[in-house]
Amino acid sequence: MTMRFMLLFSRQGKLRLQKWFTSMSDREKKKIIRDMTTMVLARQPRSCNFMQWKDLKIVYKRYASLYFCLGVESQENELLALEIIHRYVELLDKYFGNVCELDIIFNFEKAYFILDEFLMGGEVQETSKQIVNRSIEASDMLQEVRFTDMHAHTHKCT
Amino acid sequence: MSPSVPLQEMIRAIRSARTQCEERGVIQRECAAIRAQFRQADNGGRSHNLAKLLYVHMLGYPAHFGQMECVRMIASPRYSEKRVGYLGAMMLLDEKQDASLLITNSIKNDLSNSNQYIQSLALCTLACMGSAEMCRDLAPEIDRLLRASNSYIKKKAALCAVHIVRKVHDLGELFTKAARSLLTEKNHGVVHGAVVLITELCERNSETLERFRKTVPDLVQIMKGLVISGYSPDHDVAGISDPFLQVRILRLLRILGRNNEGASDAMNDLLAQVATNTDSTKTVGNAVLYETVLTVLDIKSESGLRVLAVNILGRFLLNNDRNIRYIAMTSLQKIVGTDHNAVQRHRGTIVDCLKDQDASVKRRALDLSLALVSASNIRSMMKELLSFLSSCPPELRSQTASGIFNAAERYAPSQRWHIDTILHVLTTAGGDVRDETVPNLIQLITNTSELHCYTVHKLYRALLSDISQQPLVQVACWCIGEYGDLLLRGECQETEPVQVTEDDVLDVLETVLQSHMSFPSTRGFALTATMKLSTRITENVDRIRSIVSIYGSCIDVELQQRAVEYNALFKKYDHMRAAVLERMPVIEKNSQGHINGETIKESQTVKVKPGEPQQPANQVCDLLDLLGGSEQPLQPSPALGSTAPPMPVSTANTVGGDLLDLLGGLEPTPITPVATVTVYEKDGVTVTLSCEKQSDSGLTVTLTASNSTESDIRGFTLQAAVPKSVQLHMKAPSGDSLPARGAAKVTQMVVLNNPNKVNLKMRLRISYTSQGSAVQDTVQIDSFPGLGQ
Repeated sequence: MTMRFMLLFSRQGKLRLQKWFTSMSDREKKKIIRDMTTMVLARQPRSCNFMQWKDLKIVYKRYASLYFCLGVESQENELLALEIIHRYVELLDKYFGNVCELDIIFNFEKAYFILDEFLMGGEVQETSKQIVNRSIEASDMLQEVRFTDMHAHTHKCT
Repeated sequence: MSPSVPLQEMIRAIRSARTQCEERGVIQRECAAIRAQFRQADNGGRSHNLAKLLYVHMLGYPAHFGQMECVRMIASPRYSEKRVGYLGAMMLLDEKQDASLLITNSIKNDLSNSNQYIQSLALCTLACMGSAEMCRDLAPEIDRLLRASNSYIKKKAALCAVHIVRKVHDLGELFTKAARSLLTEKNHGVVHGAVVLITELCERNSETLERFRKTVPDLVQIMKGLVISGYSPDHDVAGISDPFLQVRILRLLRILGRNNEGASDAMNDLLAQVATNTDSTKTVGNAVLYETVLTVLDIKSESGLRVLAVNILGRFLLNNDRNIRYIAMTSLQKIVGTDHNAVQRHRGTIVDCLKDQDASVKRRALDLSLALVSASNIRSMMKELLSFLSSCPPELRSQTASGIFNAAERYAPSQRWHIDTILHVLTTAGGDVRDETVPNLIQLITNTSELHCYTVHKLYRALLSDISQQPLVQVACWCIGEYGDLLLRGECQETEPVQVTEDDVLDVLETVLQSHMSFPSTRGFALTATMKLSTRITENVDRIRSIVSIYGSCIDVELQQRAVEYNALFKKYDHMRAAVLERMPVIEKNSQGHINGETIKESQTVKVKPGEPQQPANQVCDLLDLLGGSEQPLQPSPALGSTAPPMPVSTANTVGGDLLDLLGGLEPTPITPVATVTVYEKDGVTVTLSCEKQSDSGLTVTLTASNSTESDIRGFTLQAAVPKSVQLHMKAPSGDSLPARGAAKVTQMVVLNNPNKVNLKMRLRISYTSQGSAVQDTVQIDSFPGLGQ
C-alpha cells in the first residue's frame, strides 16, 4: 500500500479528519494520531517536509491553520506526496470557495466525500481536477432529490 | 450544497464548551438523543444523526453503538442515507468487526445498481475496508465492472481490484487480462488505475511480471504522449501533463526493467528524454525527475544515462528547496556503494549540507559524508566532521562519534593524527562515545611507543583543563600512571614540554579521585595510576602511601579492595613492587573474547621448566588480580596469555618466563641455580636435590638425576616417603630414561607441605634398569639445603 493514512489537525493538535487506508485497531490509530501530532507540531517553521517514522515516511505540509499529514511507504516518491496534498487542498478550495478550517469542521462529511473521489485504497483515483469536481457536484445534486428514483438517473461522467 | 443544520448546531454547541468537562456533558446528551433517534422508526433526519455520531467519533469518543445504524442506512433506498451510511461504515467498521460482514450483501447489490454514484459508493467502501472474505465474494463482480462499464466506474474498479489483490493474493490471476486491456483506454483515470493494478500484480508474482514485460513499448508510448503533448487543461499541473500518471508509469517501468536488458534498452531513450525535457523549476517537475532518476539507477541503464541521473541528483543538491536537497541525499545514499566515484564529485556540496539548519537534512548529510570518507580525503573530511560534532544536535552525536572512529581507524594517515583525532572527539563529545573506546584508545597509545611522551603531555594538559569527560579522564589517568616519568622529565620532541613537579601530577590524580564528577571506574583508574607512579617518581612515595592507605577504608568496595591490595604491595611485597608496576608491554590486537581465567590456568600447568615453582604461580594469580582486577583496559595479563592458548606447552614457558620476569624480586636468587646437594651417587647415577621454600609450610623439592656410565639407563623411577604429618605430592618426572654419558637429565618435582613444622626428612627409593639388570636403592635425606636445617 503506498499511502497508509492521512490526518488533518489544527495547530493545537485537534484532529479534523482521519483517513486510514489499512486496517488497524483503534488503539493503534490513537497512538499514530498522538505520535504524528507531537512530531509534526514540534518541527521548526522552515524545515524539511519529510520525516522518518518507524518504517514509514511522513510527509506533511501546513496550510494556514491546518496541518496535512500523510504517512506513506518507504518506496513512495515524497515530492509526489506533497503534490497529492496540494491537489487535495485545491479540490477543497474549489468546492468550498476559499476554504478555511471552519469549513472543514462544520462540513467534515463533505471533506470526506471529496477525499473519496480523489483517493481510494491508498492510491490516487483521479488525476483530473475537473472530473473530481464534476463528480462531487453530481453526487450532491443526487442527494438533494428527496425521493430519488434510482433507475431513472444514469449519469455518464467522463 | 445545503448545510446540515442539526449537525452544525451540535458542532457549534460542542465547540462553545469551555472546559473538557463541559464538552463531555454536551456530547453525552447528544449521544443519548442520537441513540433514541436510532431506535425510532424511519424519520427524515437519520443521516443527520449518523453524521453527528461520526463527528463525535472523530473527537475521540466511543461510537460503536452506531455500527448497526450504518448497516441499516447502507441498505436504505435514499442516496443521502446511503452516502452517510457508507461513510460511517468506513469510519466505524473495519474487517475485525462482525458487523462488517452484514454489509456484504448491500455492497453486492449496489455494485450492480444502475446509478454510477451508488456503484461508486460501494466500490469505495470495499476498497477501504473490505475483508478477505468479502473480497473473495465480490471479486467476480469487480472483474465484470473492469470490463464493461463507463470510465468512471472502471477506474474505481481498478483500484478496488488492487485492494482485493493485496488482501487475497491468489485472486491476482483473475484480473490480469482485464488489466492488460485497460492500458489501451484514453481516459487518464482509467490508465492510471490500470498502471497501479499492473504494478501490484507484477510485484506479487514474478510470472505475471514476465508476461507484462511485453507492455513496455505501450507504456513508453503513453509516456511519450504525455511528455511531448501540448498543453492539456484537464491534467496540467504547472506545465507538466498529468504528473501523477507519469510517476506511476515510471515506477512500473522500473519494476519491469529491473534485471532485464531488453526491457531496459526499450526504455532508455524515453528516460533520457524525460530527464532532459522536464521542467525543474517547480516541485512537480522535480517529482517526475526524481522518479526518473530512481528508475534509471535501478534498471540496467547504459552508463551515459547513469551519469545523467547522478548529475540530476547533483543539481538537486544545489537546489534552494530543502526538500529537494533531502531527497537528493537519500538517493545518493542508495547508490554510494555502486557509483562511488560519481557521488564523490558532489562531496563538497554534501559536506556543506552538514551545516544546514534542518535536522532531517543534517542526518542525511552525516550518513552520506561518512560513506564518502576515503584514504584520499580523510584529512579534510575529518576536519569537517569534527566541527560538525561540536555543533550537531545531541541525537546525532553518538552516531557521529562512532562514524569518526571507524573512519579514523581505517584511513588514519599517521598514528599521531589518529591519536589526536580520538582525543579531540573525547574532549568534544566524551559522554556519547561507546564503551570500547577507552580500551581501544589505550591499546593504540601503547602500540605507538614513539609517541608516548607526546601523548602523555597532551593528556595531562587536557586533564588540567577539564575532568568531566569520563572516557578522556580514564585514558589520561592511565597514561599518566604509565608514562608519568616521561612527563616529569620535562622534555619532549613533538610538543612543548610541561615543567611539572611530582606534586603537581599527584595533585591532578587526587583531584580526579576526589571529584564528584568521576565515575567509580574512573576513580579506579586514578588510584591505580597513583600507585604506578610510586615506582616512577622518587621523592613523594610517602604521599602515595598515604593516599593508598586512606582509600583502604573507602565505601566503594572496588576502590577499597584495590587500596588494600596496593597497601599490601607496599608493606609485605615491597620487593616485588617495582616489577609488578613495570611498564606494560605492547598489547596484542586480537585479545577480544579472552578471559583472564584462562591465562591463569595456563601458567599453572607449567611443569616442564626446571626450577619453576608452582606456588609462585598462585601468587602470580594474586598479582594478576592486582593488575587485571575487573578493569578491561589493564589487559597485559590476557595479552600475555593470548599467546598461550594456541601452543600450550612451549608458549606457556614464555608466559611463565614473562611472569617470572615480572616477579623478578620474588626469591633472593631467582632462576639462577638454587643450592643443590647431591643426595645419591652410585654406579654412575647421580641424584641431586634442590629445594625452594614457598611459604611458611610449603616447600618444593626438585630432584635431578643424571647418568655418567657408558650405557643407557631405562625405567628410571623415584619414590619418596616423608614423615606422617608432612604432605607429599610428586609431580610427573620429565622422563624415565637416562642416556649415557650424561647426555640428558631427568627431573622430578616434589611438593611438600609441612604445616606442623616437624623435622623434615625424606626417604628416596631409586629404581632403574641398566644393561638388562634392575637396580634398586634407597637413600635417606635428613637435611634440605636452603632451609637452614
